[in-house]
Amino acid sequence: MIDWLLDDSPASRLQANMGRAWRVWTALLRNPLAVVGALIVLVLVVMAIFAPLIAPYSPVGQDLANRLMPPSAEHWMGTDELGRDIYSRVVYGARITLLIVTMVAVIAAPIGLVVGAVSGYFGGWVDRVLMGVTDIFLSMPKLILALAFVAALGPGIENAIIAIAITAWPVYARIARAETITFRDSEFISAVRLQGASATRVILRHVLPLCASSTIVRVTLDMAGIILTAAGLGFLGLGAQPPLPEWGAMISRGRNFILDQWWVATMPGFAIILVSLGFCFLGDGLRDVLDPKQGEKQ
Amino acid sequence: MAFEPSAGAATARMGMLAGRAFEGVASVLRFAIVVAGTFLGLLAITFFIGRVVPIDPVLSVVGDRATQEVYEAARQAMGLDRPLIVQFFSYVGDVLTGDLGMSISTGRPVVDDLARVFPATLEMATIGIIIGVVLGVPMGVVAATHQGSWIDQVIRVLGLLGYSVPAFWLGLVGLAVFYAGLGWVAGPGRVDIFYDGLLDPVTGLYLIDSVIAGEWDIFWNALDHLMLPASILGFFSLAYIARMTRSFMLDQLGQEYVTTARVKGVSERRVIWRHAFYPIRIQLITVIGLSYAALLEGSVMIETVFSWPGIGNYLTTALLTADMNAVLGATLVIGAVFIMINKISDVLYRILDPRARR
Repeated sequence: MIDWLLDDSPASRLQANMGRAWRVWTALLRNPLAVVGALIVLVLVVMAIFAPLIAPYSPVGQDLANRLMPPSAEHWMGTDELGRDIYSRVVYGARITLLIVTMVAVIAAPIGLVVGAVSGYFGGWVDRVLMGVTDIFLSMPKLILALAFVAALGPGIENAIIAIAITAWPVYARIARAETITFRDSEFISAVRLQGASATRVILRHVLPLCASSTIVRVTLDMAGIILTAAGLGFLGLGAQPPLPEWGAMISRGRNFILDQWWVATMPGFAIILVSLGFCFLGDGLRDVLDPKQGEKQ
Repeated sequence: MAFEPSAGAATARMGMLAGRAFEGVASVLRFAIVVAGTFLGLLAITFFIGRVVPIDPVLSVVGDRATQEVYEAARQAMGLDRPLIVQFFSYVGDVLTGDLGMSISTGRPVVDDLARVFPATLEMATIGIIIGVVLGVPMGVVAATHQGSWIDQVIRVLGLLGYSVPAFWLGLVGLAVFYAGLGWVAGPGRVDIFYDGLLDPVTGLYLIDSVIAGEWDIFWNALDHLMLPASILGFFSLAYIARMTRSFMLDQLGQEYVTTARVKGVSERRVIWRHAFYPIRIQLITVIGLSYAALLEGSVMIETVFSWPGIGNYLTTALLTADMNAVLGATLVIGAVFIMINKISDVLYRILDPRARR
């Protein structure tokens, strides 16, 4: 099996792809921090999928007799002002966090990639216009821009996702443009073009796949920032609305009790820190494996 | 005949000087166009957010409790019946003449509100960046010269935490520990309630105003209130500045001229501070500029936690009351300051770095 994966002359495209994935995987396993990061992200995904099985209580079930109880064997992270189990809410909150980061990545990365690849492939005035717009977005403070967009769109989780995605795409456009320019004039692109492939086909089938690895690295590294922005919007009451157990909104509710019942606000914060750290570790590890040049620059 | 070559050289030199002057003017012009373009882009974005995104832009400006007359008047004033491009240019004209509209929650022009709250933010961010630079740069240098030592590890951890800790959460924890728990610092707000409004706002910076007025009680009280939020902002810039300083220093220390200096017998301290640190000052200016701009942005969250009456608090209050003119005005000011700091550090880099000057 491993011989098949590591074969230097793969017989099929599947074998080549699998072999490459296997090499990336083994290289990642040699980096302990990357393994820790991958495990944290894995725990987040498992918590999100199996939240009803993992959480001991309902995330919205109130129990006013047991409000503001400190952490104990029954309530690992204590209870909030409505007697809800904070641990259960943190577990369910993983769903919201995962939803937000996935949706932002799914919306922002393709937009950025297409803008960047088109810009780099055609050059000339197309490049100047598209990169002008990209640079304007890049020179803007991200959090403030997201806040203003949410203010116009109205609070809510969908609008928070849209607002964060609007501020996130320019980085990917820059990456895709830089990559595209390096192989725009290479022979395999000319060969495809001489066979009569349209510009759309060249970009979609031959240019974008080559931008994938550096984009994956960048998206993973950006995840921490996206999580923090989403939590910030939730904290200000502009993201996920109650009673949704969003971590930032939970911290905001706990604000009033921070002096006496510290656990209400601090516990969701630890979840945010842990998950952000996990994505940082994983991103650093992926960068060392997939994009070694970037690593040297840092 | 004998003069000819030198005359030729003189003309050549004249030509070169003229060429260089022309290049200088051209690069200044190019730079001005880039800056103007970026500001126009910023205006286009705020215009888009204010006039195109909301379903009813009038409602988002006057609020949903406005009477029919107010609504009609605002609709007229905003000129929503005109083509979008005409609206945009009249918006640009308004902004350039300092008209950002009225705030529905304070009932005053947004420009006046912003001028009143901005010094509070400036004061906090400036103390924050001072903390970040004074601690971050030496830590970065030590981490680079003692690779793998405990201080190197501390900076790695701080750098990672700087990326993953929510600022508002750290603010809350800081309040719980240092204000409520240990009582080391004063609580939310800029000064204690009985000092409020005693100072004549000369600069709007309490630390400076109180010295001008000779009110040392207020100075120490304001400093007491400022320490915690500014330290938390400072922590984030420290994490970034230390990490960048470390990596710049490692670059320099690996160069051959450093080895040469060491072989020559230059003392280690002189090698580090005179030879290796000297060239990275210029890169550091860019890093410090970037993190100063980022602090202005980060203060939005911190101000909310500390009830700090600055631009961030103004913005979040406006967000919650859907006071669109105030939101856009604050966005515009923060965005403009952000762009300006970035461009200024860009220019400084070009002036100071002989390689970039060409």
